[in-house]
Amino acid sequence: MQFFIEVLIAGLLSGVMYSLVALGYVLIYKASGVFNFAQGAMVFFAALTAVGLHDLGLSLWVAVPLTMVAMIVLGLVTEKFVLRPLVAQPEITLFMATIGLTFFVEGLAQAIWGASVRGLELGIADVPLEWLMEVSGMAISQFDLIAAGIAAALVAGLALFFSRTKVGRALRAVADDHQAALSVGIPLQHIWGVVWAVAGFVALVSGLLWGARNGVQFALTFVALKALPVLILGGFTSVPGAIVGGLIIGASEKLAEVFLPPLLQQLFDTQMNLGGIEGWFPYVLALLFLLVRPEGLFGEKIIRRI
Amino acid sequence: MSKKSGEVILSFDNISLSFGGVKALTSIGFDVREHEIRAIIGPNGAGKSSMLNVINGVYHPQQGEIVFRGQKRRGMNTYESAKSGIARTFQNIALFKGMSVLDNIMTGRNLKMRSNFLLDAIYWGPAQREEIAHRKAVEEIIDFLEIQHIRKTPVGRLPYGLQKRVELGRALAAEPSILLLDEPMAGMNVEEKQDMCRFILDVNDQLGTTIVLIEHDMGVVMDISDRVVVLDYGKKIADGTPDEVRSNQNVIDAYLGVAH
Ligand SMILES: Nc1ncnc2c1ncn2[C@@H]1O[C@H](COP(=O)(O)OP(=O)(O)OP(=O)(O)O)[C@@H](O)[C@H]1O
Ligand SMILES: [Mg+2]
Repeated sequence: MQFFIEVLIAGLLSGVMYSLVALGYVLIYKASGVFNFAQGAMVFFAALTAVGLHDLGLSLWVAVPLTMVAMIVLGLVTEKFVLRPLVAQPEITLFMATIGLTFFVEGLAQAIWGASVRGLELGIADVPLEWLMEVSGMAISQFDLIAAGIAAALVAGLALFFSRTKVGRALRAVADDHQAALSVGIPLQHIWGVVWAVAGFVALVSGLLWGARNGVQFALTFVALKALPVLILGGFTSVPGAIVGGLIIGASEKLAEVFLPPLLQQLFDTQMNLGGIEGWFPYVLALLFLLVRPEGLFGEKIIRRI
Repeated sequence: MSKKSGEVILSFDNISLSFGGVKALTSIGFDVREHEIRAIIGPNGAGKSSMLNVINGVYHPQQGEIVFRGQKRRGMNTYESAKSGIARTFQNIALFKGMSVLDNIMTGRNLKMRSNFLLDAIYWGPAQREEIAHRKAVEEIIDFLEIQHIRKTPVGRLPYGLQKRVELGRALAAEPSILLLDEPMAGMNVEEKQDMCRFILDVNDQLGTTIVLIEHDMGVVMDISDRVVVLDYGKKIADGTPDEVRSNQNVIDAYLGVAH
Protein backbone atom coordinates (compact mmCIF):
# COMPACT_ATOMS: atom_id res chain seq x y z
CA MET A 1 0.00 0.00 0.00
CA GLN A 2 2.75 2.40 0.93
CA PHE A 3 4.55 1.65 -2.30
CA PHE A 4 1.30 2.30 -4.18
CA ILE A 5 0.97 5.72 -2.59
CA GLU A 6 4.57 6.49 -3.36
CA VAL A 7 4.07 5.69 -7.04
CA LEU A 8 0.79 7.59 -7.07
CA ILE A 9 2.38 10.71 -5.63
CA ALA A 10 5.31 10.57 -8.02
CA GLY A 11 2.78 10.24 -10.84
CA LEU A 12 0.68 13.17 -9.66
CA LEU A 13 3.77 15.34 -9.35
CA SER A 14 4.85 14.71 -12.91
CA GLY A 15 1.19 15.13 -13.82
CA VAL A 16 1.25 18.72 -12.65
CA MET A 17 4.10 19.30 -15.07
CA TYR A 18 2.09 17.76 -17.89
CA SER A 19 -0.72 20.14 -16.96
CA LEU A 20 1.62 23.03 -17.39
CA VAL A 21 2.63 21.95 -20.87
CA ALA A 22 -1.00 21.32 -21.79
CA LEU A 23 -1.90 24.80 -20.62
CA GLY A 24 0.28 26.26 -23.36
CA TYR A 25 -1.87 24.51 -25.95
CA VAL A 26 -5.15 25.40 -24.27
CA LEU A 27 -4.35 29.11 -24.18
CA ILE A 28 -3.74 29.41 -27.87
CA TYR A 29 -6.53 27.04 -28.82
CA LYS A 30 -9.04 28.95 -26.74
CA ALA A 31 -8.13 32.34 -28.04
CA SER A 32 -7.62 31.63 -31.70
CA GLY A 33 -8.94 28.17 -32.45
CA VAL A 34 -5.48 27.04 -33.53
CA PHE A 35 -4.03 23.80 -32.29
CA ASN A 36 -0.45 24.97 -31.95
CA PHE A 37 1.56 21.91 -32.83
CA ALA A 38 4.71 23.97 -32.28
CA GLN A 39 4.17 24.27 -28.54
CA GLY A 40 6.51 21.31 -27.97
CA ALA A 41 9.15 22.90 -30.15
CA MET A 42 8.75 26.08 -28.15
CA VAL A 43 9.40 24.15 -24.93
CA PHE A 44 12.54 22.69 -26.49
CA PHE A 45 13.65 26.06 -27.83
CA ALA A 46 13.16 27.71 -24.44
CA ALA A 47 15.07 25.07 -22.50
CA LEU A 48 17.91 24.96 -25.00
CA THR A 49 18.25 28.73 -25.11
CA ALA A 50 18.31 29.02 -21.33
CA VAL A 51 20.92 26.29 -20.99
CA GLY A 52 22.90 27.60 -23.93
CA LEU A 53 23.12 31.06 -22.39
CA HIS A 54 23.96 29.53 -19.03
CA ASP A 55 26.75 27.46 -20.58
CA LEU A 56 28.16 30.65 -22.08
CA GLY A 57 28.84 31.73 -18.54
CA LEU A 58 25.74 33.74 -17.70
CA SER A 59 24.14 33.00 -14.38
CA LEU A 60 20.66 31.52 -14.47
CA TRP A 61 19.33 34.78 -13.05
CA VAL A 62 20.39 36.45 -16.28
CA ALA A 63 19.92 33.57 -18.71
CA VAL A 64 16.32 32.87 -17.75
CA PRO A 65 15.01 36.43 -18.09
CA LEU A 66 16.87 36.74 -21.40
CA THR A 67 15.25 33.55 -22.60
CA MET A 68 11.94 34.88 -21.44
CA VAL A 69 12.41 37.92 -23.66
CA ALA A 70 13.37 35.65 -26.54
CA MET A 71 10.23 33.53 -26.01
CA ILE A 72 7.97 36.55 -25.94
CA VAL A 73 9.54 37.85 -29.11
CA LEU A 74 9.18 34.43 -30.72
CA GLY A 75 5.50 34.36 -29.72
CA LEU A 76 4.80 37.84 -31.02
CA VAL A 77 6.66 37.22 -34.27
CA THR A 78 4.76 33.98 -34.81
CA GLU A 79 1.46 35.70 -34.23
CA LYS A 80 2.30 38.54 -36.56
CA PHE A 81 4.00 36.75 -39.43
CA VAL A 82 2.53 33.27 -39.40
CA LEU A 83 -0.97 33.42 -37.96
CA ARG A 84 -2.19 36.91 -38.67
CA PRO A 85 -1.78 36.59 -42.45
CA LEU A 86 -3.71 33.33 -42.24
CA VAL A 87 -6.61 34.71 -40.27
CA ALA A 88 -10.02 33.35 -41.35
CA GLN A 89 -8.41 30.41 -43.14
CA PRO A 90 -9.73 26.94 -42.37
CA GLU A 91 -8.48 25.37 -39.16
CA ILE A 92 -6.52 22.72 -41.02
CA THR A 93 -4.49 25.39 -42.81
CA LEU A 94 -3.56 26.99 -39.51
CA PHE A 95 -2.67 23.61 -38.09
CA MET A 96 -0.39 22.90 -41.04
CA ALA A 97 1.23 26.27 -40.52
CA THR A 98 2.06 25.36 -36.93
CA ILE A 99 3.57 22.06 -38.10
CA GLY A 100 5.81 24.05 -40.40
CA LEU A 101 6.59 26.31 -37.49
CA THR A 102 7.57 23.27 -35.42
CA PHE A 103 10.34 22.28 -37.81
CA PHE A 104 11.49 25.85 -38.10
CA VAL A 105 11.71 26.39 -34.35
CA GLU A 106 13.40 23.02 -33.72
CA GLY A 107 15.85 23.71 -36.49
CA LEU A 108 16.54 27.21 -35.29
CA ALA A 109 17.19 26.02 -31.75
CA GLN A 110 19.67 23.40 -32.91
CA ALA A 111 21.30 25.70 -35.44
CA ILE A 112 22.08 28.16 -32.68
CA TRP A 113 22.91 25.83 -29.85
CA GLY A 114 23.86 22.52 -31.44
CA ALA A 115 22.20 19.15 -31.07
CA SER A 116 24.02 17.63 -28.12
CA VAL A 117 22.30 16.79 -24.88
CA ARG A 118 22.94 19.34 -22.18
CA GLY A 119 22.35 19.11 -18.47
CA LEU A 120 20.50 21.83 -16.65
CA GLU A 121 21.16 22.36 -12.96
CA LEU A 122 18.52 24.48 -11.26
CA GLY A 123 20.09 23.93 -7.86
CA ILE A 124 17.34 21.68 -6.59
CA ALA A 125 18.65 18.23 -5.82
CA ASP A 126 16.71 15.22 -7.04
CA VAL A 127 16.82 13.38 -3.72
CA PRO A 128 14.09 11.90 -1.56
CA LEU A 129 12.72 14.17 1.14
CA GLU A 130 14.47 13.07 4.28
CA TRP A 131 11.90 13.98 6.89
CA LEU A 132 9.14 12.28 4.91
CA MET A 133 11.37 9.25 4.60
CA GLU A 134 11.81 9.16 8.35
CA VAL A 135 8.18 9.72 9.20
CA SER A 136 6.55 7.42 6.70
CA GLY A 137 9.30 5.57 4.93
CA MET A 138 8.11 6.92 1.58
CA ALA A 139 10.58 8.22 -0.98
CA ILE A 140 9.23 11.36 -2.61
CA SER A 141 11.64 13.36 -4.73
CA GLN A 142 12.36 16.84 -3.50
CA PHE A 143 12.86 18.03 -7.04
CA ASP A 144 9.53 16.66 -8.19
CA LEU A 145 7.79 18.31 -5.29
CA ILE A 146 9.30 21.72 -5.88
CA ALA A 147 8.84 21.53 -9.64
CA ALA A 148 5.21 20.56 -9.16
CA GLY A 149 4.84 23.44 -6.73
CA ILE A 150 6.19 25.91 -9.27
CA ALA A 151 4.00 24.49 -12.01
CA ALA A 152 0.94 24.56 -9.76
CA ALA A 153 1.59 28.17 -8.74
CA LEU A 154 1.92 29.20 -12.37
CA VAL A 155 -1.24 27.37 -13.39
CA ALA A 156 -3.17 28.90 -10.49
CA GLY A 157 -1.82 32.35 -11.26
CA LEU A 158 -2.84 32.11 -14.90
CA ALA A 159 -6.27 30.82 -13.98
CA LEU A 160 -6.77 33.81 -11.68
CA PHE A 161 -5.44 36.20 -14.28
CA PHE A 162 -7.93 34.95 -16.83
CA SER A 163 -10.91 35.01 -14.51
CA ARG A 164 -10.31 38.33 -12.77
CA THR A 165 -8.71 40.83 -15.08
CA LYS A 166 -9.65 42.87 -18.08
CA VAL A 167 -7.18 41.17 -20.39
CA GLY A 168 -8.27 37.77 -19.14
CA ARG A 169 -11.89 38.58 -19.77
CA ALA A 170 -11.08 39.97 -23.18
CA LEU A 171 -9.22 36.79 -23.96
CA ARG A 172 -12.15 34.60 -23.04
CA ALA A 173 -14.39 36.88 -25.06
CA VAL A 174 -12.19 36.55 -28.12
CA ALA A 175 -12.20 32.81 -27.63
CA ASP A 176 -16.00 32.72 -27.66
CA ASP A 177 -16.83 35.05 -30.54
CA HIS A 178 -14.38 37.09 -32.62
CA GLN A 179 -16.96 39.31 -34.23
CA ALA A 180 -18.70 40.19 -30.99
CA ALA A 181 -15.35 40.84 -29.32
CA LEU A 182 -14.44 43.31 -32.03
CA SER A 183 -17.80 45.01 -31.71
CA VAL A 184 -17.17 45.82 -28.06
CA GLY A 185 -13.78 47.20 -28.97
CA ILE A 186 -11.49 44.36 -27.98
CA PRO A 187 -8.43 44.57 -30.21
CA LEU A 188 -8.12 41.00 -31.47
CA GLN A 189 -4.52 41.20 -32.54
CA HIS A 190 -3.40 42.72 -29.30
CA ILE A 191 -5.05 39.86 -27.44
CA TRP A 192 -3.50 37.26 -29.73
CA GLY A 193 -0.14 38.85 -29.12
CA VAL A 194 -0.66 38.55 -25.38
CA VAL A 195 -1.70 34.92 -25.71
CA TRP A 196 1.34 33.96 -27.74
CA ALA A 197 3.60 35.76 -25.34
CA VAL A 198 2.03 33.96 -22.38
CA ALA A 199 2.28 30.64 -24.23
CA GLY A 200 5.96 31.39 -24.74
CA PHE A 201 6.36 32.04 -21.04
CA VAL A 202 4.59 28.79 -20.17
CA ALA A 203 6.87 26.98 -22.62
CA LEU A 204 9.90 28.45 -20.87
CA VAL A 205 8.85 27.30 -17.41
CA SER A 206 7.91 23.86 -18.74
CA GLY A 207 11.20 23.63 -20.59
CA LEU A 208 13.23 24.53 -17.52
CA LEU A 209 11.44 22.06 -15.26
CA TRP A 210 11.43 19.16 -17.70
CA GLY A 211 14.91 20.00 -18.92
CA ALA A 212 16.31 19.93 -15.40
CA ARG A 213 14.60 16.60 -14.84
CA ASN A 214 15.33 14.74 -18.07
CA GLY A 215 18.19 16.72 -19.58
CA VAL A 216 17.81 19.31 -22.27
CA GLN A 217 17.52 17.38 -25.49
CA PHE A 218 15.33 16.82 -28.48
CA ALA A 219 13.25 14.32 -26.53
CA LEU A 220 11.68 17.28 -24.72
CA THR A 221 9.41 17.68 -27.72
CA PHE A 222 8.01 14.23 -26.95
CA VAL A 223 7.23 15.21 -23.40
CA ALA A 224 5.23 18.03 -24.92
CA LEU A 225 3.38 15.54 -27.07
CA LYS A 226 2.18 13.88 -23.86
CA ALA A 227 0.05 16.96 -23.54
CA LEU A 228 -2.09 15.54 -26.32
CA PRO A 229 -3.71 12.80 -24.23
CA VAL A 230 -4.00 15.34 -21.42
CA LEU A 231 -5.97 17.59 -23.74
CA ILE A 232 -8.16 14.79 -24.97
CA LEU A 233 -9.03 13.96 -21.38
CA GLY A 234 -9.46 17.51 -20.20
CA GLY A 235 -10.90 19.12 -23.29
CA PHE A 236 -9.00 21.47 -25.57
CA THR A 237 -10.64 24.62 -24.27
CA SER A 238 -10.59 24.11 -20.54
CA VAL A 239 -7.98 25.30 -18.06
CA PRO A 240 -9.34 23.14 -15.21
CA GLY A 241 -9.45 20.32 -17.74
CA ALA A 242 -5.76 20.69 -18.45
CA ILE A 243 -5.04 20.50 -14.73
CA VAL A 244 -7.17 17.45 -14.00
CA GLY A 245 -6.19 15.77 -17.26
CA GLY A 246 -2.52 16.23 -16.44
CA LEU A 247 -2.97 14.69 -13.00
CA ILE A 248 -4.85 11.71 -14.38
CA ILE A 249 -2.30 11.05 -17.10
CA GLY A 250 0.66 11.48 -14.76
CA ALA A 251 -0.76 9.22 -12.08
CA SER A 252 -2.13 6.54 -14.37
CA GLU A 253 0.99 6.16 -16.49
CA LYS A 254 3.19 5.68 -13.44
CA LEU A 255 0.80 3.24 -11.85
CA ALA A 256 0.49 1.33 -15.10
CA GLU A 257 4.25 1.24 -15.56
CA VAL A 258 4.81 -0.23 -12.12
CA PHE A 259 1.81 -2.46 -11.54
CA LEU A 260 0.72 -3.60 -14.98
CA PRO A 261 3.74 -5.77 -16.00
CA PRO A 262 3.55 -8.25 -13.08
CA LEU A 263 -0.18 -8.49 -13.63
CA LEU A 264 0.19 -9.15 -17.34
CA GLN A 265 3.03 -11.62 -16.78
CA GLN A 266 0.85 -13.54 -14.40
CA LEU A 267 -2.16 -13.37 -16.66
CA PHE A 268 -0.35 -14.65 -19.74
CA ASP A 269 2.09 -16.75 -17.78
CA THR A 270 5.19 -15.32 -19.43
CA GLN A 271 8.54 -13.92 -18.41
CA MET A 272 8.52 -11.35 -21.21
CA ASN A 273 9.89 -7.95 -20.33
CA LEU A 274 6.88 -5.63 -20.37
CA GLY A 275 8.58 -2.34 -19.50
CA GLY A 276 8.00 0.95 -21.26
CA ILE A 277 4.26 0.98 -20.65
CA GLU A 278 4.60 4.60 -19.58
CA GLY A 279 5.37 5.48 -23.16
CA TRP A 280 2.13 4.36 -24.72
CA PHE A 281 -0.36 4.03 -21.87
CA PRO A 282 -1.58 7.66 -21.91
CA TYR A 283 -2.37 7.43 -25.61
CA VAL A 284 -4.41 4.28 -25.18
CA LEU A 285 -6.23 5.84 -22.26
CA ALA A 286 -6.98 8.90 -24.38
CA LEU A 287 -8.19 6.76 -27.23
CA LEU A 288 -10.62 4.91 -24.97
CA PHE A 289 -11.74 8.19 -23.56
CA LEU A 290 -12.36 9.61 -27.03
CA LEU A 291 -14.86 6.85 -27.68
CA VAL A 292 -16.83 7.69 -24.56
CA ARG A 293 -16.60 11.44 -24.20
CA PRO A 294 -15.12 13.13 -27.25
CA GLU A 295 -15.49 16.64 -25.83
CA GLY A 296 -13.31 15.79 -22.83
CA LEU A 297 -14.09 16.07 -19.14
CA PHE A 298 -14.48 19.83 -19.12
CA GLY A 299 -14.64 20.79 -22.78
CA GLU A 300 -17.73 22.41 -24.12
CA LYS A 301 -20.26 19.80 -25.04
CA ILE A 302 -20.48 19.38 -28.75
CA ILE A 303 -24.08 20.03 -29.59
CA ARG A 304 -25.17 20.23 -33.17
CA ARG A 305 -28.50 21.76 -33.97
CA ILE A 306 -30.02 20.38 -37.07
CA MET B 1 -44.26 60.08 -30.64
CA SER B 2 -42.41 63.28 -30.28
CA LYS B 3 -40.47 64.27 -33.31
CA LYS B 4 -36.81 64.75 -32.48
CA SER B 5 -34.90 67.09 -34.68
CA GLY B 6 -31.30 66.67 -33.61
CA GLU B 7 -28.35 67.22 -35.89
CA VAL B 8 -27.55 64.62 -38.50
CA ILE B 9 -24.70 62.57 -37.01
CA LEU B 10 -24.49 59.77 -39.49
CA SER B 11 -25.31 59.79 -43.17
CA PHE B 12 -24.91 57.45 -46.09
CA ASP B 13 -24.67 58.29 -49.70
CA ASN B 14 -24.92 55.90 -52.60
CA ILE B 15 -23.83 52.83 -50.60
CA SER B 16 -23.52 49.64 -52.62
CA LEU B 17 -22.41 46.28 -51.31
CA SER B 18 -22.33 42.94 -53.05
CA PHE B 19 -21.17 39.44 -52.22
CA GLY B 20 -19.99 37.83 -55.42
CA GLY B 21 -23.03 38.09 -57.63
CA VAL B 22 -25.47 38.93 -54.83
CA LYS B 23 -26.25 42.60 -54.54
CA ALA B 24 -27.05 43.09 -50.89
CA LEU B 25 -27.28 46.88 -51.07
CA THR B 26 -27.73 49.10 -54.10
CA SER B 27 -27.15 52.86 -53.93
CA ILE B 28 -28.54 53.33 -50.47
CA GLY B 29 -28.70 56.80 -48.98
CA PHE B 30 -30.26 58.00 -45.74
CA ASP B 31 -29.31 59.75 -42.57
CA VAL B 32 -29.59 59.36 -38.81
CA ARG B 33 -30.26 62.28 -36.50
CA GLU B 34 -28.96 62.60 -33.00
CA HIS B 35 -31.30 61.26 -30.28
CA GLU B 36 -33.81 59.70 -32.66
CA ILE B 37 -35.00 56.14 -33.00
CA ARG B 38 -34.41 55.24 -36.61
CA ALA B 39 -35.89 51.98 -37.86
CA ILE B 40 -34.81 49.94 -40.85
CA ILE B 41 -37.48 47.58 -42.09
CA GLY B 42 -38.04 45.35 -45.09
CA PRO B 43 -38.81 41.76 -46.06
CA ASN B 44 -36.34 38.92 -45.46
CA GLY B 45 -33.10 39.31 -47.34
CA ALA B 46 -33.79 42.98 -48.02
CA GLY B 47 -30.33 43.99 -46.82
CA LYS B 48 -31.18 45.34 -43.37
CA SER B 49 -28.51 43.45 -41.47
CA SER B 50 -26.01 44.21 -44.21
CA MET B 51 -26.71 47.89 -43.70
CA LEU B 52 -26.10 47.60 -39.97
CA ASN B 53 -22.90 45.70 -40.68
CA VAL B 54 -21.77 48.51 -42.92
CA ILE B 55 -22.42 51.00 -40.13
CA ASN B 56 -20.13 49.28 -37.66
CA GLY B 57 -17.59 48.17 -40.18
CA VAL B 58 -18.17 44.44 -40.36
CA TYR B 59 -18.82 44.85 -44.08
CA HIS B 60 -17.09 47.33 -46.33
CA PRO B 61 -19.21 48.72 -49.15
CA GLN B 62 -17.67 48.64 -52.62
CA GLN B 63 -19.13 52.03 -53.32
CA GLY B 64 -20.46 55.03 -51.51
CA GLU B 65 -19.63 57.38 -48.74
CA ILE B 66 -20.32 57.58 -45.03
CA VAL B 67 -20.24 60.82 -43.08
CA PHE B 68 -19.92 60.25 -39.36
CA ARG B 69 -19.85 63.28 -37.08
CA GLY B 70 -18.87 65.49 -39.96
CA GLN B 71 -16.06 63.24 -41.10
CA LYS B 72 -16.18 61.61 -44.50
CA ARG B 73 -15.12 58.03 -44.67
CA ARG B 74 -15.10 55.32 -47.21
CA GLY B 75 -15.96 52.61 -44.74
CA MET B 76 -15.93 52.01 -41.04
CA ASN B 77 -13.70 49.69 -39.06
CA THR B 78 -15.24 47.61 -36.31
CA TYR B 79 -12.72 48.45 -33.62
CA GLU B 80 -12.67 52.15 -34.55
CA SER B 81 -16.42 52.39 -34.62
CA ALA B 82 -16.62 50.84 -31.17
CA LYS B 83 -14.10 53.42 -30.03
CA SER B 84 -16.10 56.25 -31.46
CA GLY B 85 -19.18 55.27 -29.51
CA ILE B 86 -21.11 52.83 -31.67
CA ALA B 87 -22.35 49.70 -29.90
CA ARG B 88 -24.53 46.97 -31.30
CA THR B 89 -26.39 43.74 -30.88
CA PHE B 90 -26.58 40.95 -33.45
CA GLN B 91 -29.44 39.21 -35.19
CA ASN B 92 -28.11 35.81 -34.15
CA ILE B 93 -27.11 36.70 -30.62
CA ALA B 94 -23.34 36.94 -30.37
CA LEU B 95 -22.72 36.67 -26.66
CA PHE B 96 -19.73 35.06 -25.02
CA LYS B 97 -21.51 31.84 -24.22
CA GLY B 98 -19.16 30.38 -21.66
CA MET B 99 -19.04 33.54 -19.59
CA SER B 100 -21.46 34.73 -16.92
CA VAL B 101 -23.98 37.51 -17.51
CA LEU B 102 -21.85 39.78 -15.36
CA ASP B 103 -18.66 39.05 -17.28
CA ASN B 104 -20.42 39.47 -20.62
CA ILE B 105 -21.63 42.91 -19.65
CA MET B 106 -18.21 43.73 -18.20
CA THR B 107 -16.64 43.13 -21.62
CA GLY B 108 -18.85 45.92 -22.86
CA ARG B 109 -16.80 48.29 -20.72
CA ASN B 110 -13.57 47.17 -22.28
CA LEU B 111 -12.88 50.49 -23.96
CA LYS B 112 -13.65 52.43 -20.81
CA MET B 113 -10.92 50.64 -18.92
CA ARG B 114 -7.50 52.12 -19.03
CA SER B 115 -5.25 49.98 -16.87
CA ASN B 116 -2.43 48.30 -18.71
CA PHE B 117 -1.45 44.73 -19.19
CA LEU B 118 1.34 44.58 -16.65
CA LEU B 119 -0.63 46.16 -13.81
CA ASP B 120 -3.45 43.90 -14.81
CA ALA B 121 -1.23 40.86 -14.60
CA ILE B 122 -0.56 41.43 -10.94
CA TYR B 123 -4.09 42.70 -10.28
CA TRP B 124 -2.59 45.48 -8.31
CA GLY B 125 -3.74 48.89 -6.97
CA PRO B 126 -5.14 50.96 -9.81
CA ALA B 127 -6.14 47.91 -11.82
CA GLN B 128 -8.16 46.58 -8.93
CA ARG B 129 -9.79 49.90 -8.10
CA GLU B 130 -10.74 50.37 -11.71
CA GLU B 131 -12.26 46.92 -11.88
CA ILE B 132 -14.44 47.75 -8.90
CA ALA B 133 -15.64 51.06 -10.34
CA HIS B 134 -16.63 49.39 -13.58
CA ARG B 135 -18.32 46.63 -11.74
CA LYS B 136 -20.58 49.25 -10.18
CA ALA B 137 -21.60 50.66 -13.55
CA VAL B 138 -22.38 47.15 -14.72
CA GLU B 139 -24.54 46.46 -11.68
CA GLU B 140 -26.61 49.52 -12.55
CA ILE B 141 -27.24 48.16 -16.01
CA ILE B 142 -28.18 44.80 -14.54
CA ASP B 143 -30.70 46.53 -12.27
CA PHE B 144 -32.06 48.55 -15.15
CA LEU B 145 -32.61 45.45 -17.28
CA GLU B 146 -34.06 43.55 -14.33
CA ILE B 147 -31.70 40.61 -14.62
CA GLN B 148 -30.27 40.58 -11.10
CA HIS B 149 -31.36 36.99 -10.57
CA ILE B 150 -29.18 35.65 -13.40
CA ARG B 151 -26.03 37.70 -12.85
CA LYS B 152 -23.78 34.71 -12.30
CA THR B 153 -25.36 32.36 -14.84
CA PRO B 154 -23.35 31.43 -17.94
CA VAL B 155 -25.31 33.02 -20.77
CA GLY B 156 -25.30 29.85 -22.83
CA ARG B 157 -27.80 28.40 -20.36
CA LEU B 158 -30.29 31.26 -20.57
CA PRO B 159 -33.46 31.24 -22.64
CA TYR B 160 -33.40 33.21 -25.85
CA GLY B 161 -35.35 36.20 -24.60
CA LEU B 162 -33.00 36.76 -21.68
CA GLN B 163 -29.95 36.37 -23.89
CA LYS B 164 -31.25 39.20 -26.05
CA ARG B 165 -31.57 41.29 -22.94
CA VAL B 166 -28.02 40.51 -21.83
CA GLU B 167 -26.73 41.42 -25.26
CA LEU B 168 -28.46 44.78 -24.94
CA GLY B 169 -26.80 45.13 -21.55
CA ARG B 170 -23.37 44.50 -23.02
CA ALA B 171 -23.97 47.15 -25.66
CA LEU B 172 -25.23 49.64 -23.05
CA ALA B 173 -22.18 49.06 -20.88
CA ALA B 174 -20.09 50.90 -23.45
CA GLU B 175 -22.25 54.00 -22.88
CA PRO B 176 -22.60 54.36 -26.63
CA SER B 177 -23.85 57.44 -28.41
CA ILE B 178 -25.28 55.27 -31.18
CA LEU B 179 -26.86 51.91 -30.50
CA LEU B 180 -27.47 49.50 -33.35
CA LEU B 181 -30.06 46.81 -32.65
CA ASP B 182 -30.61 43.97 -35.10
CA GLU B 183 -34.03 42.47 -34.41
CA PRO B 184 -33.90 42.86 -30.63
CA MET B 185 -37.37 41.37 -30.26
CA ALA B 186 -37.23 38.46 -32.67
CA GLY B 187 -38.55 35.26 -31.17
CA MET B 188 -39.98 36.91 -28.06
CA ASN B 189 -43.45 36.59 -26.63
CA VAL B 190 -45.69 39.62 -26.19
CA GLU B 191 -44.66 40.29 -22.64
CA GLU B 192 -40.94 40.07 -23.39
CA LYS B 193 -41.44 42.39 -26.35
CA GLN B 194 -43.13 44.94 -24.14
CA ASP B 195 -40.24 44.83 -21.71
CA MET B 196 -37.72 45.24 -24.50
CA CYS B 197 -39.68 48.19 -25.95
CA ARG B 198 -39.69 49.83 -22.58
CA PHE B 199 -35.92 49.39 -22.21
CA ILE B 200 -35.26 50.82 -25.65
CA LEU B 201 -37.52 53.81 -25.06
CA ASP B 202 -36.01 54.44 -21.63
CA VAL B 203 -32.47 54.37 -22.97
CA ASN B 204 -33.42 56.73 -25.74
CA ASP B 205 -35.34 59.00 -23.41
CA GLN B 206 -33.11 59.13 -20.38
CA LEU B 207 -29.67 58.83 -21.92
CA GLY B 208 -30.46 60.45 -25.26
CA THR B 209 -28.87 57.52 -27.07
CA THR B 210 -29.44 57.49 -30.82
CA ILE B 211 -30.89 54.15 -31.84
CA VAL B 212 -30.86 52.40 -35.20
CA LEU B 213 -33.21 49.48 -35.04
CA ILE B 214 -34.12 46.61 -37.32
CA GLU B 215 -37.43 44.99 -36.50
CA HIS B 216 -39.99 42.83 -38.22
CA ASP B 217 -42.90 43.52 -35.90
CA MET B 218 -44.70 46.40 -37.63
CA GLY B 219 -46.71 47.30 -34.57
CA VAL B 220 -43.55 47.83 -32.56
CA VAL B 221 -41.77 49.73 -35.30
CA MET B 222 -44.63 52.11 -35.92
CA ASP B 223 -45.01 52.63 -32.19
CA ILE B 224 -41.51 53.47 -31.12
CA SER B 225 -39.59 54.85 -34.08
CA ASP B 226 -39.28 58.46 -35.13
CA ARG B 227 -38.36 57.74 -38.72
CA VAL B 228 -38.34 54.59 -40.80
CA VAL B 229 -36.32 53.60 -43.85
CA VAL B 230 -37.67 50.71 -45.92
CA LEU B 231 -35.44 48.39 -47.93
CA ASP B 232 -36.47 45.79 -50.45
CA TYR B 233 -34.08 43.66 -52.51
CA GLY B 234 -31.21 45.89 -51.43
CA LYS B 235 -32.88 49.09 -52.60
CA LYS B 236 -34.42 51.85 -50.57
CA ILE B 237 -38.09 52.11 -51.39
CA ALA B 238 -39.31 54.54 -48.76
CA ASP B 239 -38.07 56.83 -46.01
CA GLY B 240 -40.07 58.94 -43.59
CA THR B 241 -42.21 59.02 -40.48
CA PRO B 242 -44.17 55.89 -39.58
CA ASP B 243 -47.33 57.45 -40.96
CA GLU B 244 -45.73 58.38 -44.25
CA VAL B 245 -44.19 54.96 -44.66
CA ARG B 246 -47.36 53.13 -43.75
CA SER B 247 -49.30 54.74 -46.54
CA ASN B 248 -46.54 54.48 -49.15
CA GLN B 249 -47.67 52.39 -52.12
CA ASN B 250 -44.21 50.84 -52.73
CA VAL B 251 -44.10 49.65 -49.16
CA ILE B 252 -47.55 48.17 -49.33
CA ASP B 253 -46.60 46.36 -52.53
CA ALA B 254 -43.33 45.05 -51.10
CA TYR B 255 -45.05 43.65 -48.06
CA LEU B 256 -47.89 42.16 -50.05
CA GLY B 257 -45.42 40.58 -52.42
CA VAL B 258 -46.39 42.31 -55.66
CA ALA B 259 -44.14 41.18 -58.50
CA HIS B 260 -41.07 43.31 -59.15
N1 LIG C 1 -21.60 37.43 -45.48
C1 LIG C 1 -22.41 37.26 -46.54
N2 LIG C 1 -21.98 36.51 -47.59
C2 LIG C 1 -22.77 36.33 -48.67
N3 LIG C 1 -23.99 36.86 -48.80
C3 LIG C 1 -24.48 37.62 -47.80
C4 LIG C 1 -23.72 37.85 -46.61
N4 LIG C 1 -24.44 38.64 -45.78
C5 LIG C 1 -25.61 38.87 -46.42
N5 LIG C 1 -25.63 38.26 -47.63
C6 LIG C 1 -26.73 38.34 -48.61
O1 LIG C 1 -27.14 39.66 -48.72
C7 LIG C 1 -28.56 39.74 -48.80
C8 LIG C 1 -29.10 40.61 -47.71
O2 LIG C 1 -28.93 39.93 -46.47
P1 LIG C 1 -29.26 40.60 -45.06
O3 LIG C 1 -28.83 39.64 -44.04
O4 LIG C 1 -28.69 41.94 -45.03
O5 LIG C 1 -30.84 40.68 -45.10
P2 LIG C 1 -31.86 41.07 -43.96
O6 LIG C 1 -32.69 42.18 -44.50
O7 LIG C 1 -31.17 41.33 -42.69
O8 LIG C 1 -32.74 39.78 -43.85
P3 LIG C 1 -33.43 39.10 -42.57
O9 LIG C 1 -34.70 39.82 -42.32
O10 LIG C 1 -33.66 37.70 -42.99
O11 LIG C 1 -32.48 39.21 -41.44
C9 LIG C 1 -29.08 38.32 -48.76
O12 LIG C 1 -29.28 37.88 -50.09
C10 LIG C 1 -27.95 37.57 -48.12
O13 LIG C 1 -27.93 36.24 -48.57
MG1 LIG D 1 -31.07 40.46 -40.88
